[in-house]
Amino acid sequence: MIEVQGLTRTYGTFTAVDNISFSCVPGTVTGFLGPNGAGKTTTMRVMVGLTPASSGKVTIGGHLYKDIPNPGRHVGVLLDASAQHAGRTGREILELGATTMGLPSSRVDEMLELVSLTPTEAKRRLRNYSLGMKQRLGIAHALLGDPSVLILDEPANGLDPAGIRWMRGLLKGYAERGGTVLLSSHLLHEVEQIADEMILIGNGKIVAQGDKKTLLAGAAAKGGGVHSYATALDNAALAAALTAKGITVAGAGDGLRIEAESVEVGRAALEAGVVLTDLRGGEGGLEDLFLELTAETQREAIS
Amino acid sequence: MSATAVAPATIDLSGTQPTPFSRLLRTEFRKTYDTRSGLWLLISIGIVTALVMVIQVSVAIAQDIAVSYNDFLTSTTFSIGFLLPVLGILLLTSEWSQRTAMVSFSLEPRRGHVIAAKMVVGILFAIAAVLVTLALAAVCTGIYGALSDIPADWDFGIKQTSFFLLLQVIGMLTGFAFAALLLNSPAAIVVYFAYSFILPTIFGIGAELIGWFADIHPWIDFNNAQVPLIDGSVSGEEWAQLVVTGIIWLVIPLAVGIWRVLRAEVK
Repeated sequence: MIEVQGLTRTYGTFTAVDNISFSCVPGTVTGFLGPNGAGKTTTMRVMVGLTPASSGKVTIGGHLYKDIPNPGRHVGVLLDASAQHAGRTGREILELGATTMGLPSSRVDEMLELVSLTPTEAKRRLRNYSLGMKQRLGIAHALLGDPSVLILDEPANGLDPAGIRWMRGLLKGYAERGGTVLLSSHLLHEVEQIADEMILIGNGKIVAQGDKKTLLAGAAAKGGGVHSYATALDNAALAAALTAKGITVAGAGDGLRIEAESVEVGRAALEAGVVLTDLRGGEGGLEDLFLELTAETQREAIS
Repeated sequence: MSATAVAPATIDLSGTQPTPFSRLLRTEFRKTYDTRSGLWLLISIGIVTALVMVIQVSVAIAQDIAVSYNDFLTSTTFSIGFLLPVLGILLLTSEWSQRTAMVSFSLEPRRGHVIAAKMVVGILFAIAAVLVTLALAAVCTGIYGALSDIPADWDFGIKQTSFFLLLQVIGMLTGFAFAALLLNSPAAIVVYFAYSFILPTIFGIGAELIGWFADIHPWIDFNNAQVPLIDGSVSGEEWAQLVVTGIIWLVIPLAVGIWRVLRAEVK
């Protein structure tokens, strides 16, 4: 269980993390989501004592990280998979961790197998690793001490789609066995499929938190409204039929973005005799919400 | 992790022992030779030490120069005298240049223990280097005695041996102290060599030209204060000068450096 209480971290006049509080419960995966520079990494660094907090505190399982003896046995940490000596072999990096934690060499073999790094790959030096392989090694390092809490910063970064699916399975299984997982990402779709709880952060502040349903409900209530996407053989005819019903329609890629539920669009198409080739509900609601909530901190303006 | 479905919200730490110092020592020792650059630094310390002595013994035999066991040890100013401080520097700065400090300090949040382990590893290497040097010097003196017309001079006592060891440990620790202060490999190495080779000259010129500076010079020049250790006899005043200059050039940088490492954000 991770408990963040009123955490603030300032650098001179810049506030990287601004009075945030949240908790991660055992048995769940919590996604920590925000654009680049929102304060995710700073928060995670404070958790493991690498960055001192300006005010507030973080406890893990009821303890400050620095008070946990042999912390690698309780908390698995992956902050930056590239922050390892480029001249060491993958296996040696794990061996060093195992030595510090007092674990047998056999644990290193188990972890290498778990993250699907072959013995040949494990003998290569880190400078010859792809980012995806570094991430696998970093996850193996975090899991070495069989911890009950995992703190992972951008673990999916650099993984291929198969790798992302593998990691999703791994972390879900880990949480199901009672573990606490906090992982950060700046990519919504990476997190929404894996996280039970999501914390959205922008500009150092938490802008929304909850499970996917709660967040979506919040988005609809905020006036984001329901919408759907449709593509028809004759888009113009469909748009005309919908506009006649007083429904707002806008072009979106090859199709239309419609401010109504998909059932309304289907009915209008049936009445107008237009053939639909694609129709789906506004699953993008979360993405809109994410972009909207973090708009002030986005580097690109959103239209 | 426990196999139960619902894990408690608090972590029970009663069964976990703090990481013992011996394990940190093993980890830090391993880090010195588990990369190609680290391994080659250690190998080259051995090779250079042997090479300097081989040249020395060859020249001495060829030109009928009298050399003693002591002279062979003094020649290490050009081998381990250079390289042990570099080893001391890299022990510490590589954690920052390679960013492994993040991992080291998250596995052992008591940062002072990690730094102490590195320092002990450095001292152990200095001792090992001295033992190898003593053995090499003995071999060279033996060869010299067998091949030269001049009989071998083995005069070297326990006192001089311990002074020699102290010198090498001081050299390694001075490098370590500069490293703690600067946390950057190239900067620490450059500053160390400036301190070893340029500063004594500047101090010398200053002492020549300025009267009052000549009086304080022995109390601020650490290199100069170590000369009696090389010569093998240290007077009471010279010990005092060694301690005072050591505080200035070794203890203060080390203390300030460690104080900073303990508090700084680790990136």
